[in-house]
Amino acid sequence: MTTEYENKEHTAVADTDDVVLEVSDLSVTFPSDDGPLPAVRQVSYKVRRGEALGIVGESGSGKSVTSMAIMGLLPRNARVEGSARLLGQEIIGLNDKQISEVRGQRIAMIFQDPLTSLNPVYTIGYQIAEAVLAHRKVGKKVAMARALELLEIVGIPSPEQRLRQYPHELSGGMRQRVVIAIAMANDPDVIIADEPTTALDVTVQAQVLDALQRAREETGAALVLITHDLGVVAGQVDRVGVMYAGRIVEMGSVEEVFYRPRMPYALGLLGSLPRLDGDRGDRLTPILGAPPSLRDLPGGCGFAPRCPMARERCHEEEPRLLLIENGPQEGEATAHTAACHFSEELVDAEASDLFRSTSVDTEGLGSVAEMEAAEAHVAEAREGYLGELGAEADREVAAKAEPEVLLTATDLVKHFPIRSKGLMRRRVGEVQAVSGISLDLRERETLALVGESGCGKSTTARLLLNLIKLTSGEVSYMGQPLQDLSDRRMRPLRKDLQLVFQDPFASLDPRMTVSDIIAEPMRIHGSGHRDARKRVSELLELVGLNPEHGSRYPHEFSGGQRQRIGVARALSLNPRVLVLDEPVSALDVSIQAGVINLLEDLQDELGLSYLFVSHDLSVVKHIADRVAVMYLGKMVETATTDQLFSAPAHPYTQALISAIPLPDPVKERTRERITVTGDIPSPANPPSGCRFRTRCPKFANELSDAERARCVEEPPELKDRGTGHRDACHYSKAIELI
Amino acid sequence: MSENGMSKSARRDPAKKRKKSSADQTQLQTILIRFTRHRPAMISLVLLGIIALFAFVGPFFWTWDHTVYREIPSNQPPSGVHPLGTSAAGHDVLGQLMRGAQQTLKVAFTVSLLSTAVGSVWGATAGYYGGRVDAFMMRVVDIFLIVPLLVAAAAIAGNSGAGTSWSAIALIISIFSWATIARVVRGVVLSLREQEFVEAARASGASAPWIILRHLLPNAAGPIIVAATLLVAVAILAEAGMSFLGLGIQLPDISLGQMIGSARTAVSTRPWLFYPPGVLLVLICLTINFIGDGLRDALDPRQTRVRR
Amino acid sequence: MLVYTMRRILGALPVLVLASILTFVMIDVTGDPLADIRMAQPPPTEEVLQQAEERLYLDRSMPERYWLWVTGIGGNGDIGLLQGEFGPSTQGPHYDIGAAIAERLWTTLRLVGAAMIFALGLAIITGVVSALRQYSKLDYTLTFVGFLALALPTFWFAGIMQAAGVKFNQLVGDQVFATIGDGRFRAEGAPLWDQFLNAFAHMALPTIVLMLISFASWSRYQRTSMLEVMNSDYVRLARAKGLRNHTVIRRHALRTALIPLTTVVAIGVAGVIDGAILTEVVFQWRGLGDFFITAVDNNDSFALMGWLLLSGTIVILANLVADLLYAVLDPRIRYE
Repeated sequence: MTTEYENKEHTAVADTDDVVLEVSDLSVTFPSDDGPLPAVRQVSYKVRRGEALGIVGESGSGKSVTSMAIMGLLPRNARVEGSARLLGQEIIGLNDKQISEVRGQRIAMIFQDPLTSLNPVYTIGYQIAEAVLAHRKVGKKVAMARALELLEIVGIPSPEQRLRQYPHELSGGMRQRVVIAIAMANDPDVIIADEPTTALDVTVQAQVLDALQRAREETGAALVLITHDLGVVAGQVDRVGVMYAGRIVEMGSVEEVFYRPRMPYALGLLGSLPRLDGDRGDRLTPILGAPPSLRDLPGGCGFAPRCPMARERCHEEEPRLLLIENGPQEGEATAHTAACHFSEELVDAEASDLFRSTSVDTEGLGSVAEMEAAEAHVAEAREGYLGELGAEADREVAAKAEPEVLLTATDLVKHFPIRSKGLMRRRVGEVQAVSGISLDLRERETLALVGESGCGKSTTARLLLNLIKLTSGEVSYMGQPLQDLSDRRMRPLRKDLQLVFQDPFASLDPRMTVSDIIAEPMRIHGSGHRDARKRVSELLELVGLNPEHGSRYPHEFSGGQRQRIGVARALSLNPRVLVLDEPVSALDVSIQAGVINLLEDLQDELGLSYLFVSHDLSVVKHIADRVAVMYLGKMVETATTDQLFSAPAHPYTQALISAIPLPDPVKERTRERITVTGDIPSPANPPSGCRFRTRCPKFANELSDAERARCVEEPPELKDRGTGHRDACHYSKAIELI
Repeated sequence: MSENGMSKSARRDPAKKRKKSSADQTQLQTILIRFTRHRPAMISLVLLGIIALFAFVGPFFWTWDHTVYREIPSNQPPSGVHPLGTSAAGHDVLGQLMRGAQQTLKVAFTVSLLSTAVGSVWGATAGYYGGRVDAFMMRVVDIFLIVPLLVAAAAIAGNSGAGTSWSAIALIISIFSWATIARVVRGVVLSLREQEFVEAARASGASAPWIILRHLLPNAAGPIIVAATLLVAVAILAEAGMSFLGLGIQLPDISLGQMIGSARTAVSTRPWLFYPPGVLLVLICLTINFIGDGLRDALDPRQTRVRR
Repeated sequence: MLVYTMRRILGALPVLVLASILTFVMIDVTGDPLADIRMAQPPPTEEVLQQAEERLYLDRSMPERYWLWVTGIGGNGDIGLLQGEFGPSTQGPHYDIGAAIAERLWTTLRLVGAAMIFALGLAIITGVVSALRQYSKLDYTLTFVGFLALALPTFWFAGIMQAAGVKFNQLVGDQVFATIGDGRFRAEGAPLWDQFLNAFAHMALPTIVLMLISFASWSRYQRTSMLEVMNSDYVRLARAKGLRNHTVIRRHALRTALIPLTTVVAIGVAGVIDGAILTEVVFQWRGLGDFFITAVDNNDSFALMGWLLLSGTIVILANLVADLLYAVLDPRIRYE
């Protein structure tokens, strides 16, 4: 469908070569008590009609602020300079009336968090119709009809009913599609999508990206896609700009930037990414240091302090964003620009040539030489630590024989009661968080537990540690059942079983020093003050942090550093098993790589067993030996990492792997996909038979009615398909996806 | 410890240097610095200090105390001998004011301490155990919250005739004000106990008292301190109201509320009896509220900037 | 919605029961209804005392007396809340506590209602303005006014207003403000316009005094709530749709920012009742404030219990209404 809209200034476009949005020298400064914060510095780009431009960068790089500035949505105290022309019309500095006519009509925006983007007190229909009515003189009936039409376009099932519902009655994925519907309501010329899928599960992300594509086709709008996810960029956009410290540091077609990056930062970012199409053996190369504070930006190139090839000139003179030599030339849509004095040296360079695959905390370091010194120091410290350890427990010897099974779970079931709110707190139902999970964790191996939100993976992890009481089933550690142990009897065993958390901010007590945090488990287990102190500095060194920083408080550390502190705390009791609950999912990629390297090193050196809980299959593929895939409280497939990724058998696993975007433009656009529809059902009321059947592509498209009946009636068992590869599907068939 | 280059880098890089210097501050110092940057709170603190000196040290340096003297002429407007005038019965108003402020402050701070002690324990217990224990304990809190504080306290004080001593008044006000603290603490503890650092302690085998004492209460300290401060102001107004009704502190002892009460009919005829105690009362409450506001800004970790 | 309402009402019942126990025990334990009789000169005879004890049911144990107070079963027909009787008074056998309360309830509720409505209106306006002009001079001024209002003792401010009213009348040379009494009897049977003028003259000053306490805290609350909503994603989305600023503020920000205020207002009712007592005393109204003072002076335990239970019930009712209103305003609660 198409809708006519008035376009008064349409004539102005002719001389600007089909450019719909032209941003030039846009700068944003926020005032603060400690002086002005330059969040965005001289950003310029052009977007042509129907084109998709990606803007990538880590948190704090200014990518979102740029788009907010274009939309005029920044708080009043922000100082915006430069220009943004939409169809030739300047839109920076417009008054409320003028900008209101542009917003929603010519340029629309989609925000990151669908759960908070819609007003909770109005119906979906009202909120979409409102967007229509803001720009067109039509009746409410017509606006509602348009709302219905839009919901159909973005693929929301039973749209008439949805119109009358409130946002809280819809899932996150559906709400984001509603926001997309609002964005396309008036056929805008540009849609800015700010991390539109970051808050969503991968299978839902794929659906929302599809909806976004449909919106573009339908409206012919150009897309500015802002994201930190290089995989999403690779699949969705034509051109990409890389932002760092408030500037665009590289820009070009996706193929150019992904295959021939000419700015060390872009190269480093790609190298620090665990890849679904990579190998278990590949070491990741984190980028040294941390993004600079906007308050005191370095004098020269913003990336110079972290750059392995930085020279004198880099520290003195800020490089301009220039066309690279021998690349596609200006005028062509694929012009490739980079802001680096020495970009020609990067021709044919690999990330591993430039960056080191270190596991020390590089965020506190200032140069490559310092990092080498720190690495040598840490290696020495680790040797000493291992020497001490060797005297206590002879784990090396035990490892030679057949790996011992440490932790076993049989038929774990956990139901959380849903209680009424009154004084009586009657039980009104239950959430079946975990419904019959069996697994075992062997010595020195990494078992990954993967699945989307609500699949029960974190609950399973806590059941294994006996942190919550199970409803039925059995957990045993080295043959000893845990589920009936009292807190007191459990305490000695807790030394061996430790936990690392997802949120590096919430997992450390803000009122305790780092030393006290790391020493706490030892104190609980009766260690003396002095012994604990000594071990704390050993542990800090072990995880690659400066042992002198023990007297600091958690808020003085970055996310990656805090996660290292969390690991040090978990290691303080010298455990044999570490349960890692999404340990790297809250971190920026360039930081994440260092923590992953650390975990790998520690496992090798200390002989640890990891239960690695994650939703990120790329990280899992990189770190795990075996993988168990969970869906709605059930295990649907388990195999070695190689088996699972090379020949996934369960339709859910296949969909999950398909949904992970590859940071490789060609592969990402040409790969075969198994997609699922709909959202994850509520674990309070799971489907009968096979729990995946409501979203299963095989069930929907391939099976006969008779075959389907079996899926509805009979819950599939987890069956061995040979060589330990087990899946729970009546009609499973392994296929190759990567 | 060998040379590892880490501390060296801290010296060279300006960004790191700043980090280092902030690392040398303890959290307490950070809070203090943030508090001192809150100008109204700082002014209030100084002012409250002066008032406290006036109330507690002042009587030692002033000729008259709060009792009746035969040599004091009645109903005199302010003069050199009696800077704030005299009452009908023959009180020196300045002497009364000192004693009144003293009693008022004693009552208010006692109420705050008592309520905070009881309320924190009650709220923390309810919050930590949750479930039915919490539901029941908070219902009890609700009951104390629905009875109007001033009236209930006045009813008991008047009914029992216990109202003459400041400690009895403080006790009675506390009975009806601990519930607000309990509610605040319970809310904080409820969200704290879901935090991962509490789970981390449990995963290491920490017991319930260990968690409450080492994690929950220290982290709830900020909101508790703020609520306790604001409660001081509430208690002052409650005591003043009771005394005004003649159901609080009674003659021959004196409080600011009682002074206003007895000067009620003399607003236009003998204003020196009516205005000074009121102004002092307002000043005390105002300073305490500003201090509470400053503390909130300083203790709230989400607070990034301190302006005003 | 009906189920929700029923559930809320059922939920409020236990609180009411517990509140009745609390008020009863506290008043019963602390007070001696016979204090005045005992102190009388010449000292009363044993017989007189015994009679008074019997009349006031003091010869029974406390649990029995509570049961009696609530149900009236086994009493002399002058007691039992469930039968609409509040119990015998120390102020003589003919003093009917229930009737006295009923007579004065309207006077007090009128004041409380008017003060709350004006306070609410003013609080919303200033709160919103403060939030929209955050960190402006106006915001600072309003903030300071709020702090000042919070620190003002009601009765002191009432005294000032009363004096000011008298001054104003003298200046104008007319009785614009009535500074004494609630003016209920003076206007009975008068024409409607005169009744209104009379009511205004009597109510204006007390209402201003009483609204000040709640105004301050509600305004601060509305400011915070408004700021929070103004920074929310859905307000940004509303702007991104192309809605004008005033539409966004009215339709998206204000509408949602008002919701949490309902709860705060309900909790604030207790404070307003406190203030009403003090205000009534200063302006010499024959309302529940005066009733309360008299009851205390006479050690009239049953009157005090009745009074406290009544105010508790008003607060519970206010909370109930707030809960229901909340559910109407916020669809997330409605469908829970």
